[in-house]
Amino acid sequence: MSTGSCNNCDIEILDLLTPRFDVERFGIILVGSIRHADAILVTGALNLKTIPRIKNIYEQAPKPCVVIAIGACACGQGIFAKGPNTPDPVDSVLPVDAYIPGCPPKPEAMIAAIVKLIEKLKGKG
Amino acid sequence: MEKTQIIENIKVRSGGGLVEINDRSLRRIYVTIKKEALPKIARYLFNDVKARFVTASGVDTRTGVEILYHFSIDKIGLMVSLRVILEKPGLEIESLTSIMKCAEWIEREIHEMLGVDFKGHPNLKHLLLKDDWPEGNYPLRRDQQ
Amino acid sequence: MAGGELSSEERPTIVISPQLIAESYIMSDKIIPIGPYHPLQEEPEFFRLRVDGEVVTDIDIEIGYNHRAIEKISESKSYDQVTFLVERICGICSTSHPFAYTNAIDDLLGVEVPERALYIRTIIGELERLHSHLLWLGLAGHFLGYNTVWMWAWRYREPVLDIFERITGNRQHYAMFKPGGIRRDLDEADFPWIKKTLKSLIPKFDMFKGAVIDDPVIRARTEGVGVLTKQDVHDYACVGPTARASGVAMDVRKDDPYAAYGKVEWKVITQQGGGVFAKAVVRILELYESTNIILQCLDKMPKGPIDLNIKDMPAGEGIGRHEAPRGEVFHYVMSDGGNSPARHKVRAPSYMNIASNKKAVIGETISDATIILAAVDPCYCCTERMAVVDYKTGKKVFDGQDLIRLSQEKTEKLRQRSRIGRL
Repeated sequence: MSTGSCNNCDIEILDLLTPRFDVERFGIILVGSIRHADAILVTGALNLKTIPRIKNIYEQAPKPCVVIAIGACACGQGIFAKGPNTPDPVDSVLPVDAYIPGCPPKPEAMIAAIVKLIEKLKGKG
Repeated sequence: MEKTQIIENIKVRSGGGLVEINDRSLRRIYVTIKKEALPKIARYLFNDVKARFVTASGVDTRTGVEILYHFSIDKIGLMVSLRVILEKPGLEIESLTSIMKCAEWIEREIHEMLGVDFKGHPNLKHLLLKDDWPEGNYPLRRDQQ
Repeated sequence: MAGGELSSEERPTIVISPQLIAESYIMSDKIIPIGPYHPLQEEPEFFRLRVDGEVVTDIDIEIGYNHRAIEKISESKSYDQVTFLVERICGICSTSHPFAYTNAIDDLLGVEVPERALYIRTIIGELERLHSHLLWLGLAGHFLGYNTVWMWAWRYREPVLDIFERITGNRQHYAMFKPGGIRRDLDEADFPWIKKTLKSLIPKFDMFKGAVIDDPVIRARTEGVGVLTKQDVHDYACVGPTARASGVAMDVRKDDPYAAYGKVEWKVITQQGGGVFAKAVVRILELYESTNIILQCLDKMPKGPIDLNIKDMPAGEGIGRHEAPRGEVFHYVMSDGGNSPARHKVRAPSYMNIASNKKAVIGETISDATIILAAVDPCYCCTERMAVVDYKTGKKVFDGQDLIRLSQEKTEKLRQRSRIGRL
């Protein structure tokens, strides 16, 4: 879910599906509808125009749903911090469970983080 | 079509509307014209020379808003930038959309960023900013707080 | 509902270890669906198609979801920092913006950067074209229902990203450009490996070329679809492969040469068809030209300085352009003698090309809508924010996912017909 990004993180996320990284072997698949999702990967610096829709999408996600902020923009806005159209970061609007910094984070970093998150959630029961 | 020919034709067509031609470098010309002359010169470049409209850029100067209309004559790699200076407070200029469809978006953007009114534009609503952006708040203007 | 910010102690630290990856195999009994990757399926849409039955009658295009006020932010950054800022305008053609920006600074100052820097800039720019076109090829394959093309195109993108990582330190966002030259030098010791990697890709390009150009189903599916005439290209001021596919031989690298493009041999690729097929062919053939340019640059690169070490920026203005994978990127920089730009205008190629969809998609069917909109190669998530509204009822009939599915189904029908010899 891009909140106003350069798309690099989004592309690297999609890269996870390609043969070199092949994230499906960890039981992770990309779904087409928010209603089937257990996790939301958020990118972007939270552009004002996207805020109503982001909230709407999160509300539609069946709970529990983890939110993972991917990339410098989603973590703390990076170079767009306090910008005219991006005054607040993603976690001012959504409850973020994990932050994966990087610009963009390497696919390996994303896999490691997601797996770590799964571990943490599994531990909770 | 050669650069010298184009400069000549611009001089002739703008007549009294020409303020200055700055032949900056081999492939960069800046032509300052009065806003009344804009449609004529734009028509000349777009329709006669078949130049490509690249974009327009507006900037807030202390006394007004200056808009540059950038055209590219690809065959000779030449950029011709038409400079028009609008005085505050009444920032308005004729829309070029009747001559060039491709000017539609950039005029909307300059309108929302700098508060310039493009007369005759078919659809002067927000392009980038959200619809409920505060009225009168133009992000690229420096004379606002 | 708002979440608080985690303190540095609470924030999870990411430790990559082989053991972690191995352990995850054990966890694979739990399926974690993650998605969607194209976010805004709900209203309002980016592309809103009005239809009458199967035919598109009008299209509303709404943008602004990625607007991050970069031109404004630029005015508060130093000239050097601006390079990092504009890199993040778009992830896919990330270096195109620093390229055009530094060209604008060169123009403002009336200087040419050292020759070695010119060659390095060219290499980075062309490597980017390679990965960008391969990315597009994959997406086009996905939209048409050839998911193997998607996987293979993105798989063969990886060696290009490996080259980037080796020579710049990052797979994306290379931070190689700076006003006055190049930020980091290349090491000649890497050149043999780079050449070998690039040459190994050429047979893959042959494979894609064969897969696309020789496949009667793809041809039937995409030829004559979403056609832009030469007049349309002029009226909508299209650029890049979108224009070249309609027979217009425009390319900033040839028209207004910069960097090392005038110092190596290469050709501008055009096609005459003007439709989706022609646009695909242009991009595939450009893969060869880009590889050719890079190999020549590696051979011809002179030794020497890579940076002019600019200290002051006098008042003035400059225009810089670069032929990005999607077309001409234009930067205008105005300086008032201070440390930051007084005005920085950025115009990306998609700004012009997306508007041309007004012409290209009207009159076509909804199953072709996705591929037509994708053919101008906008940032990928733009094409997925689509919806179809029935003209008579005003109701939303299909969303982005539906449109991709319709597109894939149409290809499948053609495939079946070709099997029984009725193409």
